[in-house]
Amino acid sequence: MSTEPVIRAEKLTKRFGDFIATNSISFEVYPGEIFGFLGANGAGKTTAMRMLCGLSKPSSGSASIAGYNIYTQTEQIKKNIGYMSQKFSLYEDLTVMENIRFFAGIYGMPFREIKEKAHALLSHLNMEEQARKLVAELPLGWKQKLAFSVSVFHRPRIVFLDEPTGGVDPITRRQFWDLIYEASQQGITVFVTTHYMDEAEYCNRVSIMVDGVIAALDTPRGLKKHFGVQSMEEVFFKLARAAKRGAD
Amino acid sequence: MKQFLIFVGKEFKHVFRDQKTLLMLFGLPVVQILLFGFALTNEIKNSRVFVLDYARDRDSRNIINKIESSTYFEIYGVSANPADMEKAFRSGRVKSAIVFPDHFANSLYHQRRTQMRIITDGSDPNTATTISNYLSTLVNDYQFGQLPLPPGAIQLRTEIRMLYNPELKGAYNYVPGVMALVLMLVCVLMTSISIVREKENGTMEVLLVSPFKPLLVLLSKAVPYLLVSFFNLVVILVLSVLMLGLPIKGSLALLLLVSTLYIITALSLGLLISTATASQQAAMLLSLMGMLLPTMLFAGFMFPIENMPKALQYISNIVPARWYYIIVKSIMIKGLGLSAIWKEVLILSGMTLFLLALSLKKFKIRLE
Repeated sequence: MSTEPVIRAEKLTKRFGDFIATNSISFEVYPGEIFGFLGANGAGKTTAMRMLCGLSKPSSGSASIAGYNIYTQTEQIKKNIGYMSQKFSLYEDLTVMENIRFFAGIYGMPFREIKEKAHALLSHLNMEEQARKLVAELPLGWKQKLAFSVSVFHRPRIVFLDEPTGGVDPITRRQFWDLIYEASQQGITVFVTTHYMDEAEYCNRVSIMVDGVIAALDTPRGLKKHFGVQSMEEVFFKLARAAKRGAD
Repeated sequence: MKQFLIFVGKEFKHVFRDQKTLLMLFGLPVVQILLFGFALTNEIKNSRVFVLDYARDRDSRNIINKIESSTYFEIYGVSANPADMEKAFRSGRVKSAIVFPDHFANSLYHQRRTQMRIITDGSDPNTATTISNYLSTLVNDYQFGQLPLPPGAIQLRTEIRMLYNPELKGAYNYVPGVMALVLMLVCVLMTSISIVREKENGTMEVLLVSPFKPLLVLLSKAVPYLLVSFFNLVVILVLSVLMLGLPIKGSLALLLLVSTLYIITALSLGLLISTATASQQAAMLLSLMGMLLPTMLFAGFMFPIENMPKALQYISNIVPARWYYIIVKSIMIKGLGLSAIWKEVLILSGMTLFLLALSLKKFKIRLE
């Protein structure tokens, strides 16, 4: 991990009036890494992620994504990232194929490439028969996997996942993480927020936010060792118990 | 540009796949036009009249025939018993009655004066006034047609002409109003809901993270509804001309052009609402409460604005439908050109620019 970081945040801060949602956080993420971004509700992780994606302007501090400045080079950043929102982020009234075509289309991918890659993707997901079905008719787990595949369809350098597995059963979650590993092996950096501590174990490195600051950042193994506990769950409880902000 | 077309294509799919939206988009204008055109008019058609005829002579019969043969009235019953008339009014089946006194013709020819009475159901004052006007006109007509003028008599006769709408058709009043109402409702409701739906579903964030420009998101949302509204406009016009017999006296091109301006005004209003609300229900409520009521009240087709208190008259100035209503009436019914409506067009354009600028500014802020 000696290469240039693909995400670099320095003293990144976001204030809403008197409330400091994210207080001077600094960290680096390296290419191909699966970076877990943990924190209780209201700890500031969604705010931090929104700043990195360009959905929200920082109050102070700086950051670069894929080598581009988040203040001045937002257009280049947008071309190099993918995003899957907390809420379900496909159109339910469009078919599977139409969703793929639409999202690939607004990223400016040529039709021919979309067509070839879409067929490859659907056969990979075992969803060829569903291509013409409305997304609304798919089970939640399939939708989630499809949403992730769509978010990396244009081959971004980084993909941001905002609590991607909410409400999904453990088996589907496992399958979902297989897809994340695949993307990571293809060199896509994965930045993922989650509530599930078993998922934290799957990450290469994990940061835990408490009250707007990063309270710990290390590999899951390193964190467990540091706190002298057996699971990430216990690490999280030890840190989160010290939180002063109530969950919202 | 290619991205833009892909986006517009997607919006059309949203519109055409949702049966409820479709029904609302294309059903609402037709229902409204037919409803206002046929059911909710203050025209008098085949209104039942009771005749209390004590006279039973030639002239009373002639007048009854004249009333019967007009399209406005039909005779419900003729009797010489006031209790019958009472009963007819009570049952609600008649809205008016006329009473011929004893010796009606006799006093008319010999004393050269007589009286007859018109009784109307005053619980509905507007209809009552209209009915009594129509009835007196019929009676006057008869009088002047039948009676030879006495030599040397001075006669003052008022001749009433209803400019632009000689038959006093209610549709002349309602159709422009319904156009203003339907276009406003459809555009505001549909745009605001379609944008807020993206926010609710989380797809808006995905769009904003993509290289697709936020301004283009708004624009591609507006295009399908602009086209659909334009189609609606044409349907309304065709229905009004073919079924309600409305004329388009002025320039059709001018009418379509100004209507497009009005549609854009409504679309920008929808954008503004969508930036201010977070859920589809809120957007719908705001659109309905914020648009439907003021448009109905202040456009001028239900309640004359001149009769309102000053404060309400000032408020009516900020309702776009009010200006559009004036424009449509001027072009369709009066056949006037741009020189007569440039002021209203200017006001609408100003409103559109203001709303568009405001909603774009607010939309930008939301990205922060």
